[in-house]
Amino acid sequence: MNNLQLRARVEQLHTRYIRVIDDDRLEDWPDLFTPDCKYEITTRENRKLGMPLALMSCIGRNMMIDRITGLRKINVYEPHSYRHMICGLEISEDDNSITCISNFQIVRIMHTGAMSLFATGVYEDRLVDNDAGELRFAARTVITDSRQTDTLLVIPL
Amino acid sequence: MQWPQDDTSSIPYRLMSDPAIYQREQDYIFKGPTWHYLCLDAELPAAGSWLTTSIGETPVIVSRDEQGNLHGLINRCRHKGALVCAEQRGKSSTLRCLYHGWSYHLDGRLRLVPFEKGLEGKGGMPPCFNKADHGLAAFRLSVYHGIVFGTLNDNTEALEFYLGEEMCAHIKRVFHKPVEVLGYYHQVMHSNWKLYMENARDSYHATILHAFYATFKLNRLTMGGGLLVSPNGWNTMNYSIGASLREGQYDSTQLRSVMSDIGLAEPALLDHRIEFDDGITIAIQSLFPTCVHQQIYNTLAMRQVIPQGPGKAELHWTFFGYKDDDEELRKLRLQQANLIGPAGYVSMEDGVIGEYVQRGIAGQGLDDNALLLMGGTGVESVTDSRANETTVRGFWKGYRSLMGETL
Repeated sequence: MNNLQLRARVEQLHTRYIRVIDDDRLEDWPDLFTPDCKYEITTRENRKLGMPLALMSCIGRNMMIDRITGLRKINVYEPHSYRHMICGLEISEDDNSITCISNFQIVRIMHTGAMSLFATGVYEDRLVDNDAGELRFAARTVITDSRQTDTLLVIPL
Repeated sequence: MQWPQDDTSSIPYRLMSDPAIYQREQDYIFKGPTWHYLCLDAELPAAGSWLTTSIGETPVIVSRDEQGNLHGLINRCRHKGALVCAEQRGKSSTLRCLYHGWSYHLDGRLRLVPFEKGLEGKGGMPPCFNKADHGLAAFRLSVYHGIVFGTLNDNTEALEFYLGEEMCAHIKRVFHKPVEVLGYYHQVMHSNWKLYMENARDSYHATILHAFYATFKLNRLTMGGGLLVSPNGWNTMNYSIGASLREGQYDSTQLRSVMSDIGLAEPALLDHRIEFDDGITIAIQSLFPTCVHQQIYNTLAMRQVIPQGPGKAELHWTFFGYKDDDEELRKLRLQQANLIGPAGYVSMEDGVIGEYVQRGIAGQGLDDNALLLMGGTGVESVTDSRANETTVRGFWKGYRSLMGETL
């Protein structure tokens, strides 16, 4: 596959990712991952200190499904949504998988209309083809630049 | 303003937002005869390591000198008052102010003043200037089983008396062997610091606000447990005895079957290991004024609230395990971290509930009072029911005795 084709496929997956989150189709979010994927949100502080603690850590797609169950049915919080901006995709490929590093910026929009810059950071991804030949996240590590979380974090970044 | 009752069953909402009250707290609570959680001993392993935090609004440094001794220093250069250490943590042989380069030893003694003798005999400090008189202001530290506390007041009683015997016993229960920090969370809350401290002590809300507990039958008020209050009432602990123990032998498959009714796709999320032989699965200890020490299953953490004005506070979480954790236990702790912190299934609501109160009491609410009548009006340990606000009243007992009768 040439580089442009590869880039187009990776960008398409990123685009689907931000659509399912920003358009509140979160039930579709785990489908963008492999069944035995790893999804983790951590901070640059913990990363820099070599500490393993994550804000959110899902081992396998089922744990991602549970995060959405929690968000829809169990946890309580004020309604809000995100708007993602992603850029700077840095893609490399070896025999088994594709890695991609990209920047993100997420604005949080509260139901009151209040908007704020909620998170910026880097996605570190490992991507593989599923049986149908579609690209999926085998691992996505979200590293936030700031160590602070404003109020709470319930919708995945 | 007067307290509405002789006891602490009625709390003026004005205390949560009045700037004058907030200022007075800095003097009476934070500079008062109180011990403040600063860090864990394990965070400063080597000579020359230091970290910054604050006691109320006062910026402080905790440093370890070459001899291995810890020092509590006010983070303010004796020359012009600038922060000496601006970063969260570091390691160095001296502490140096950026502004004019005044440099201090790790124990706070003033080491060097640039151009102390002037240039070519002109200028410089007067002959009477003695560096020995101008070290960083030091304050008292006390380390209890690896937890570092500090006090800005010369009259604060010894830490063990301040905490009380039962509180000390629980600290020893968790800190019975060397710990290792596994990471941090930092959470900004748009509410008064006291609303978080009330919340952490409040067993009444736990199973109602935090639906995760009830949904997965992890904590119900019908479970065994209790509310412990230190002799002076200030420090408290809420604990519950796990269902799985109460109903017989712990069996993870049994627990999973309970959950499969709800439809958790991955029940392994709640796998845990019994680490303590007293059967306590959840223990939330609140140390007056701003420290929380928690065990929720295998998650162990210190929480520290830093007030940032009447309507804002920052919550710092220090998550730890034991140095000798086996690989599986370490994995369980990190997996269960999904329960706590700003994104925790159990604890996320606490990040916003104080803000609901802060917004609810605005305007006309400032002339009204909160009701803390669950279980009566007293402040004492209760082991037969957790439908009781004795621990919250205990916080206000400490607060009232320091702030005085006329607010």
